[in-house]
Amino acid sequence: MDTFGLNPKRITVFAGHYGSGKTNIAINYALMLSKNSDKVSIADLDIVNPYFRTKDSAKALEENGIKLISSEYANTNVDTPALPAEIYSVFEDQSRVAVIDVGGDDRGALALGRYVPFMEEEGNYEMLFVINKHRFLTGDAERTIEIMKEIESAAKLSFTGIVNNSNIGEETTAQTVLNSVSYAEEVSALSGLPIKMTTVKSSLFDELNGKIENIVPLDLYVRQSWLKEEK
Amino acid sequence: MSEKVLMKGNEALAEAAIMAGCRHYFGYPITPQTEVAAYMSKRLPKIEGGVFLQAESEVAAINMVMGVASTGKRVMTSSSSPGISLKSEGISYIAGCDLPALIVNVQRGGPGLGGIQPSQSDYTQATKGPGHGDFRLIVLAPASVQEMVDMTVKGFDLADKYQMPVMLLSDGTMGQMMEPVSLDISEVKTYEKPWAVTGTKGERKPNIVNSLYLKPDELEKVNFERYERYAKIEKEEALWEEYKMEDAEVCIVAFGVAARVSQNAIDRAREKGIKVGMIRPITLWPFPKEALKKASEKVNKFISVELNMGQMIDDIRLAIECKKEVLLCNRTGGMIPTVENVLSKIDEAIEGGRK
Repeated sequence: MDTFGLNPKRITVFAGHYGSGKTNIAINYALMLSKNSDKVSIADLDIVNPYFRTKDSAKALEENGIKLISSEYANTNVDTPALPAEIYSVFEDQSRVAVIDVGGDDRGALALGRYVPFMEEEGNYEMLFVINKHRFLTGDAERTIEIMKEIESAAKLSFTGIVNNSNIGEETTAQTVLNSVSYAEEVSALSGLPIKMTTVKSSLFDELNGKIENIVPLDLYVRQSWLKEEK
Repeated sequence: MSEKVLMKGNEALAEAAIMAGCRHYFGYPITPQTEVAAYMSKRLPKIEGGVFLQAESEVAAINMVMGVASTGKRVMTSSSSPGISLKSEGISYIAGCDLPALIVNVQRGGPGLGGIQPSQSDYTQATKGPGHGDFRLIVLAPASVQEMVDMTVKGFDLADKYQMPVMLLSDGTMGQMMEPVSLDISEVKTYEKPWAVTGTKGERKPNIVNSLYLKPDELEKVNFERYERYAKIEKEEALWEEYKMEDAEVCIVAFGVAARVSQNAIDRAREKGIKVGMIRPITLWPFPKEALKKASEKVNKFISVELNMGQMIDDIRLAIECKKEVLLCNRTGGMIPTVENVLSKIDEAIEGGRK
């Protein structure tokens, strides 16, 4: 499996607006990295979200030899914003490649700050800003940039690229994605950041491949029982 | 029609409240509903007349709700299960004062501190009226993020229409899940509130909002009058949705997230030729008794699917006057029934019917 010409750095950080799709992208990205490396870690830095965590996909990650670093309290009833000490292994063991899933908004990004000195010292990371045109109140480029700046200020680290994950949940069509291109380009122009990739649910990949640069298919590794079953 | 947006249930209900004219929110954080307060804290200060206040406790918050409600303004609070218990005293006072307000419960597992995962174990508390005294709440049970929006708007409307508190009884799944929603709200009705405490300006007699009656016969009279209003609500406001009930031999009754899982189970059972359908109560009080009674003349068995130890099941039995057996398919403590859980209960209903 190829890596869609993405040339991953040793550490890839996904951050963005609450509900922009960071966790699922981080899981898919880690799985993609695991095709070329047997030393992949994924770290869940989310201290905001009580549900829908990286740990939900523990099985798929484990099956692909990916090391999951997550609070032992994630998905339990212990509602504390605790981070595991094991996260430091991501920075200490430079033989591993790592994906870091940061919590939403500036509140979630606060947790990243303490690891920034390690990342800057090594200088082999990228921090990607996940955006979705269809999230309420962030659907215009200017508001998106405001959120970007809030996150950068909280995380004490600047983004290096954009992930356009524009979707409208189960109702997403190829047209939804195509219609989001101009929005992503505007965010890119305003921020000066490149659009690193456009992520789409895998059922739309063939239809969109070639029409948008750096398109990456996403699978949903946790199928919730209340979602309509696909025939 | 404007474009759909992707929203989390908690955000969607908060935005819907603002669209319905609510400018006052009082609350205290608790998982899994904290996004409602977080959203309101960002949005309300930017809106003219908007007030967001994080109270020192749930008890304080519900009494602030009572204060604003007495001035006739649309007002809300939200919490999750343990927080609703704390608010119960205030809810009883609001009902006793005949004031409109919206109270949101994004339920989590209980009893006690319980857990933070989704639950429906406050069904009885909500439908029988949390707090002391003879009173009811209108209880709305959304089963999608879109319904979080629609039911919030409807909740404010019913609260004003009947001058009483309304509860949006949601659960952690509904609060946390993201789905596409339309925020097109066709119509927000407004109501005259001649009873509101807004200052007499020396032009009228003072209005008094109160739940204390010094004479027992007066209190009795008010309670009887209030129950006449409740009887009208029971007659006119019950809402439900039927799914594949035309030829059903087994009827699932489920609301909220349990109805979503049940619908998938029904589709799978139908593939095997099993005639099963669902009645999904949208109002839990008033409970759709007539729809269930009618169904009891056609189906052989009922299955109550709930995220609790079996609470709605009693209301089903009452509605159908115990004419048919009602089986229970339940998970609790923060667990959600799986499609397989529901399917095996459907099998049990069918096999039991053949004996």
